[in-house]
Amino acid sequence: MTNANRTVQFKIYRYDPDQDAKPYMQDITVELESTDRKLLDAMVKLKAQDDSISFRRSCREGVCGSDAMNINGKNGLACLTAMDSFPVGKPIVLRPLPGLPVIRDLIVDMTQFFKQYNSIKPYLINNDPPPERERLQSPEDRDELNGLYECILCACCSTSCPSFWWNPDKFVGPAGLLAAYRFIADTRDQATNERLDNLEDPYRLFRCHTIMNCVDVCPKGLNPTKAIGKIKEMMVRRAI
Amino acid sequence: MQRLVVGAGYGLKDWLAQRITGVVMAVFTLIMFAAALGGAMASREAWQAFMANGFIRFLSFLFIVSLCYHAWVGVRDIWMDYLNSAALRLFLHVMTLLALVGYAGWAIQIIWRL
Repeated sequence: MTNANRTVQFKIYRYDPDQDAKPYMQDITVELESTDRKLLDAMVKLKAQDDSISFRRSCREGVCGSDAMNINGKNGLACLTAMDSFPVGKPIVLRPLPGLPVIRDLIVDMTQFFKQYNSIKPYLINNDPPPERERLQSPEDRDELNGLYECILCACCSTSCPSFWWNPDKFVGPAGLLAAYRFIADTRDQATNERLDNLEDPYRLFRCHTIMNCVDVCPKGLNPTKAIGKIKEMMVRRAI
Repeated sequence: MQRLVVGAGYGLKDWLAQRITGVVMAVFTLIMFAAALGGAMASREAWQAFMANGFIRFLSFLFIVSLCYHAWVGVRDIWMDYLNSAALRLFLHVMTLLALVGYAGWAIQIIWRL
């Protein structure tokens, strides 16, 4: 076991608006056992050591998306980040997701992120009377949704996107646009035109300058840039 | 209270135009490289003869118009990305447009005077 009882140093962003005038970085050392394989395991140890450290966590297996944070400068999920992946002897730097208001320590206010997600109407719009059992799709049509429906809304992508940092109120962001394309690509959805109209805006969609930070950080290996490209492609097909 | 308004209903044409003008500029650049290799820039006379060609005038005009349109979308994007004040954005948009239209006329005058 490479991790057997080793000591790991952390540098953690601390901010409690009730007590601190401004945020600061705290150095903490923690003793890990061989069973502490993921960053989240180490953070649970940290929390046991100093219970004032605050972070979100829930499923601890990359499904809920709660423990998204900035790890050594790159957004990711603590529960999916292996302790083995860090260089030995260097402190692990943990900060909250960039660009969102900090509530406390590593916990950010995700209101703006979910506002953008809601703005794309993330639900199936179909005005036909629902069939007795379910709305069926061909296997080929269903395959169109692969790489889109898996998003867990952890916000790693949107908060690594400079366009979202500068205009979080106007730019939908990679997570919202991936979800938008998930419904545009769905053959059961009947609101394709309205969805494209909703996005045809210099801010809402066209703030994406294809720098692909979103693809680089997505813990589920999804590709929002590709989905955004497909939305643009559909708009071109509709326009010419 | 200031309400946030989005939904201008445009953006696709500029995005598409930026790509198309990019291709036009890339093609023109390749033609210029080929011309340089073929000796069109060997002497002033050769260069003048090359630039006097009607087809090259057509292409160089297209190149300059493409460059200005491409720059318009790019610079406008920078203002939209980083400036929050709508008044300042409008002012800079207008200034950018005026400057680019002026540059386009000036550049064509220079090239066609050769």
